[in-house]
Amino acid sequence: MEIRILGPGCPRCREVEKRTINALAELNVGADVQKVSDIKKIMEYKIMGTPGLVINSKVKSSGRIPSAEEIKKWIQEEL
Amino acid sequence: MNEKKIALILFLVFLAVYFIPFSRINVQNAVLEAFQLLQEYARQHVIFCLVPAFFIAGAISVFVSQASVMKYFGPKANKFLSYSVASVSGTILAVCSCTVLPLFAGIYTRGAGLGPATAFLYSGPAINVLAIIMTAKVLGYKLGLARALGAIAFSVVIGLIMNAIFGRKHNKELEENGFEAGTSVRETRPLWKTALYFAVMVGILVIINWSKGDPTITAWYFIFRIKWYFGGALGLVLAWMIVKWFNRAELKEWTFSTWVFAKQIFPLLLGGVLVSGFLLGRPGHEGLVPSRWIAGLVGGNSLWANLFSSVSGALMYFATLTEVPILQGLLGSGMGQGPALALLLAGPALSLPSMLVIRKIMGTKKTVVYIVLVVVMATLTGLFYGAITK
Repeated sequence: MEIRILGPGCPRCREVEKRTINALAELNVGADVQKVSDIKKIMEYKIMGTPGLVINSKVKSSGRIPSAEEIKKWIQEEL
Repeated sequence: MNEKKIALILFLVFLAVYFIPFSRINVQNAVLEAFQLLQEYARQHVIFCLVPAFFIAGAISVFVSQASVMKYFGPKANKFLSYSVASVSGTILAVCSCTVLPLFAGIYTRGAGLGPATAFLYSGPAINVLAIIMTAKVLGYKLGLARALGAIAFSVVIGLIMNAIFGRKHNKELEENGFEAGTSVRETRPLWKTALYFAVMVGILVIINWSKGDPTITAWYFIFRIKWYFGGALGLVLAWMIVKWFNRAELKEWTFSTWVFAKQIFPLLLGGVLVSGFLLGRPGHEGLVPSRWIAGLVGGNSLWANLFSSVSGALMYFATLTEVPILQGLLGSGMGQGPALALLLAGPALSLPSMLVIRKIMGTKKTVVYIVLVVVMATLTGLFYGAITK
């Protein structure tokens, strides 16, 4: 599973990263989690706002901090 | 905060405490001024203004759906609507200063075109809701209002000019396949409830900060006399709304978002206050920099004063809200009202680092034109405002 967190490095993006890692730990799932901070690369994902959460190249959320439950649901969808 | 930044900060702090001549009397006074200004902020602005503002900002970032605003920026959206929304949506969308650039990138590449995108790019940081509140409270309602109106008017003008110059070529290259509006959250609350909830919070903020004003203006003074009762009543209404309209999870997200803002912005604001107090002192008291230097450079309302303010503002980096204590210090040291507004309009919107990122998104030519437009409009608006407030 490939997870990308899109954001220029502000606290909101870090919070999404934290919740994602916690969700992965709780579900006992392994994934390659990386933060994308370069604005040009973020633009390639064609989202409107950060923080963005992308799992297996699918944009699951953009422009807000999703709840822990939502993140877990999306991870399970992609298993 | 990454390791490089921590090392840099430690190094700068060390240089400062090594070299600053603390034994000299004027430096000692400046240090005292810094802490006295800090205390003034703590006593006068934090509890009744900053804290409620953080709660409002937190609420905005949690309860206002970005997706619902973004649909006004689609490629097929009505142009008049796009510009209007672009110029004011900064209050709702740009509560965290770091969201502006990615949002701009999104609107720029896939949305309604160059005009609304640039309008948003400018207005976002310029009418940040926290900044307007603090500007009005600390620097006076006239300057706060001028800042808000100037930012809104400007952003439309800048957007239109950019569109006029570059629009045709850019909009042809726009990708028309729409944009990922993201997963929209199911609206669990009708719009009027959300609107009313925000109205009450803003109402509380305004009423508890109601100043004494001129006692001869009876209506104003009457509100001032009852402000705590009025505020208390609104507080009860808010408490009822919170209990009835919101569930536990939402309230947790709200308080969490508020805390994130406070954690991020409060230390920067305090740092800004200390630096401003140290260098510029409080109104009526000098800091390290002699008032005559300030009055000489940016006093009065000359073209030079406004231009210098605009350009310095455009280059300098202002962390969220730090422009307020810095301007307070400058105004107290003799800066004119016009140059002050010019700084408020050019400062928060641009900085050397942000110019580099904008360049990566728009390219050098458009970025340069944008910067020139901001500086020119800030200077002109400053001149105008300085003239009418004389």
